[in-house]
Amino acid sequence: MNKVMSNKKIIALYITPALFLLVALIYIPIVQTGYFGLMKWNGIGEMEFIGLKNYTHLIQDSLFWKSAYHSFLLAVFSTLSLIGYLFISIVLAGKIKGADLLRKIYLIPMLLASVAIAQLWLKIYHPTNGILNNILVSFGVENPPAWLAEPKIALYAIIIPIIWQYAGFYILIYYAALKNIPESLIEAAKIDGATPIQIALKIKLPLIMNVIKVTIVLAVVGSLKYFDLIYVMTDGGPNNSSEVMASYMYHKAFKGFDFGYGSAIGFFLLVICLVITYLIRKLTVQNDDIY
Amino acid sequence: MNTVKATESTLIASKQKINHGKNSFLNRTALGIMYVFLIIVAVFQIFPIVWLFLFSLKNNQEVFNMSPFSLPESPKWENYQKVWTEGNISQYFLNSVTYTVAAVVLTVVLASMVTFAITRMNWKGSKLVLGLFMVGLMIPVHSTLIPLFNTFTKVNLIDNPLSIILAYTAFNLPITIMILLGFYEALPREVEEAAVMDGASINHIFFRITLPMTAPVMATAAIINMIYNWNEFVFVNTFISSDHFKTLTVGIQNFIGQYTTDWGAIGATLVISILPILIAFFILSNRIVEGLASGSVKG
Repeated sequence: MNKVMSNKKIIALYITPALFLLVALIYIPIVQTGYFGLMKWNGIGEMEFIGLKNYTHLIQDSLFWKSAYHSFLLAVFSTLSLIGYLFISIVLAGKIKGADLLRKIYLIPMLLASVAIAQLWLKIYHPTNGILNNILVSFGVENPPAWLAEPKIALYAIIIPIIWQYAGFYILIYYAALKNIPESLIEAAKIDGATPIQIALKIKLPLIMNVIKVTIVLAVVGSLKYFDLIYVMTDGGPNNSSEVMASYMYHKAFKGFDFGYGSAIGFFLLVICLVITYLIRKLTVQNDDIY
Repeated sequence: MNTVKATESTLIASKQKINHGKNSFLNRTALGIMYVFLIIVAVFQIFPIVWLFLFSLKNNQEVFNMSPFSLPESPKWENYQKVWTEGNISQYFLNSVTYTVAAVVLTVVLASMVTFAITRMNWKGSKLVLGLFMVGLMIPVHSTLIPLFNTFTKVNLIDNPLSIILAYTAFNLPITIMILLGFYEALPREVEEAAVMDGASINHIFFRITLPMTAPVMATAAIINMIYNWNEFVFVNTFISSDHFKTLTVGIQNFIGQYTTDWGAIGATLVISILPILIAFFILSNRIVEGLASGSVKG
């Protein structure tokens, strides 16, 4: 048995195609991104080595920091919304009628293409014909805002559909985790007279802490690399007020033809995602002993 | 697994503050408030899509002059006919199906082979290879976009469907292996041992015995892949320039540009693009729900 299952040729045959794709299309490119970041390059012509100039420029680029700040804001709101999702999941998992149906309804936006969601919300936010301003006007608001055209509001107007899009996903994850808690633990606590709130805070939350940790990583890293809705809905505008790191990188490289600088942004994005993943896992490591 | 021990201590801690008061009226009111809250959230989640469907069946006059909640006077199904025949929507649709199916098959087969080699076969580097795939989950697509664009240009794969199919496969392998992993680990080894005794080759064991046994989890993984690929935008937007190779997500983006004022046509285009996924969801919802949950919780 062991001899047959240690056949080196077969092992190589089974892992090589997938490993090749992984290395060729993900690992080599991330190394190249760092390398291209050292170049002055318009994407077509010759590359010119300029050392760390792109990276030093990045540190002084106020537009980059503005977009990084917007990504950070998105991460903060996404993480805060996890509290709401957690609350909904605890209520849903509390053996109420229709929980399955509700959970599936919550999930539907997650299944749709970001481009379709973006187009739909463009219509919702439309200044004169959109449903939002229609409702506001019918409630007597005289001059409802032109949501996506106002620099102070645009970013927040995009954060709402992003939260809308992912709500069902996180609710689903929490729900699945909560359903995995052995019934006997909850029953024992009830017999001892614990209130539902006590059960939620002292039994359920500690038991799914590992899953909560994973969702925080997903929400933060997902926010930092977020792109789709912003690209379609405002393209970073008006006046860079909704630019995020990924859209800034895309603009610099594929619209401004500054591929060297774009690569530097891409590399920064990669480092930030990996560091933050590591930090969140490290900071929450004390909860590991539960599992 | 110290779960039980840990909860015992939590239980002891919570015993300190016991509240014996039970008020069924209060409980029922609380339940009612909970329901109202859950239903408001559900309406918020579903209403934009219902509204989209409503305006896809209206003409501009109905969209702009009547209440957004009103039903269309006579449903304008011709909006759908119009966008389907004008422009390239049917071509985009076909491309989406082709790329999605090709990438899903490739991903699930390759991921199954890797997962088999990692969980069933004995070799030294298995942990390391698994680690490589799992770190792949954390890597932002955007950090690879410029080098991929450059490489594909050099090997003449820009504006070629193959670049899309390969990129989808590479980026979906990690999540797919993650979904398959738990299932493979739980498979009993006896069947394989018996097959080895009978002198079956590994290829025979994998393709004829193990792979059929994993059909349910392969289906789950395939559906998750399908959702991701069908909705993907950045790769197609960057690597494909000709109209006849574009997918629905990128195609509708351009197409809608031509119809900035015809909301009925825009609505119909959007509904066409989301309908396949919604239909799949209504038929296979339990499998999708399972797959999304198992694909993420194990991280």
